[in-house]
Amino acid sequence: MSLDFLHWAVLAGLGLAVLAGPLGSLMVWQRLAYFGDTLAHGALLGAAAGLWWQLGSGTAILLTGLVLAALLLALERSRLLPADTLLGILSHSALALGLVALALTPGARVNMEALLFGDLLTITPAEVAGIWALAALGLAALGRYWNALVALTVQEDLARVEGIRVDALRAGHRLLLAAVVAVGIKAVGALLITALLLVPAAAARRLARSPEQMAIAASILAALAVGAGLGASWWLDTPVGPSVVMAATLLFVATLAHRPA
Amino acid sequence: MIRNPRASRDLASAAVAPSVPAAEALIRLRGVSKHFDGQQVLQDVDLEIAAGRILTLIGPSGCGKTTLVRIALGLLAPDGGRVERRAGLRIGYMPQKLAIDPTLPLTVGRFLRLAERDAGRCRAALAETGSAALWERPVRALSGGETQRVLLARALLRRPDVLVLDEPVQGVDVGGQEALYKLIGELRQRLGCGILLVSHDLHLVMAATDEVVCLNHHVCCHGTPRQVTRDPAFVALFGDRTAWYAHDHDHSHS
Repeated sequence: MSLDFLHWAVLAGLGLAVLAGPLGSLMVWQRLAYFGDTLAHGALLGAAAGLWWQLGSGTAILLTGLVLAALLLALERSRLLPADTLLGILSHSALALGLVALALTPGARVNMEALLFGDLLTITPAEVAGIWALAALGLAALGRYWNALVALTVQEDLARVEGIRVDALRAGHRLLLAAVVAVGIKAVGALLITALLLVPAAAARRLARSPEQMAIAASILAALAVGAGLGASWWLDTPVGPSVVMAATLLFVATLAHRPA
Repeated sequence: MIRNPRASRDLASAAVAPSVPAAEALIRLRGVSKHFDGQQVLQDVDLEIAAGRILTLIGPSGCGKTTLVRIALGLLAPDGGRVERRAGLRIGYMPQKLAIDPTLPLTVGRFLRLAERDAGRCRAALAETGSAALWERPVRALSGGETQRVLLARALLRRPDVLVLDEPVQGVDVGGQEALYKLIGELRQRLGCGILLVSHDLHLVMAATDEVVCLNHHVCCHGTPRQVTRDPAFVALFGDRTAWYAHDHDHSHS
């Protein structure tokens, strides 16, 4: 492996880290961890769909994620079942359906390990460009609507009465989250992507006195975790995704010593 | 103003001769009904919130107060009936509770700036509720009374035509309740806004209220506080409070 690959991996990881700060913070505040997991499990179904319809796996995973997020939103609004039960059903059935579909696909050769744990070191320049395009789009949208997103997180009724279009905003937020999860799977894998969003934000909580400080601190911590994880992977030859998440967890443990502001 | 076939017989005189001249209607509910899971929560409810007047909605818990308020605010659509809001109406809403996730770091100042960018206006609104000193405090560290004042400040930021206050003294000690109602009365004078106040009891609300609507899924009775406390429908729900309310406060207990 040449150092060239490492450059692309670092760039890709940083693109995800920038988004992971604000999106991870919203995930912690709105208790969306399970939502993220469900989307990630859906990636397996996405990979199978990609083989069936001969799409690129990246495109298929992204599309599946967006469809799944829209479906979850619709089901949530129908109040058919409590949200966590719905997520549990959808999460596990998407995973099961994905595995069954892969088994039934003739000549399916899916790198299961890369799908579950990520493979940042084989990322292509085109994929890095995709990540940064999403990062630019996502940051622009989050910047534009940040105050409204925090307002609806704090007190939804109040936000509605004050004229914030809560439903549209929530849908936009969830779709962005779905896109980031889908794209992030390439980096840290379906099983670990929620951790990359969640752990730096949880660590940042203890360092922050405002929602904005927490989002920015979470991005910085996520970037540090990506750097440390890639370093460990490079020097110790450990798998990239788990190394990144380990680094984030170590940062979280370190912040436990800090009294929350 | 408020019509209910069941109550009209008892309160015919009140309906014909309102004690205060009619003011401009800001929010008007006509024949509103709502049910959840086959359970009728509201039935044929009329309600009118007018500028400069305080309307108190009382009723036992589970009587449909919160549902009615959510319909008036536009947060919930009624199954039947009409809701009219004056065009361009600005509503300041004070919800019953503020449950902020412990993972969300939020000071009082930042909480107010969610509704208004101008920090100077936010500080002024906080000062208006007598809580300027709370600006830097984390919202989660506030007491019940402090939380209510901060919520009131946020409602004021809207320069409201109508203030909707859902159980504004919940979790506030008795001394604080009196102070808070006094503040609400002053705000009505100063801003000239209409106020819809929700309470589970008439206690303390009496002095500040122009009109009371007693709700138990339908409008049981309505009128001035004095009329309502003498109404058989009110007595059936709350017991005889006439003796309690009839005495006039010509002195203060300080």
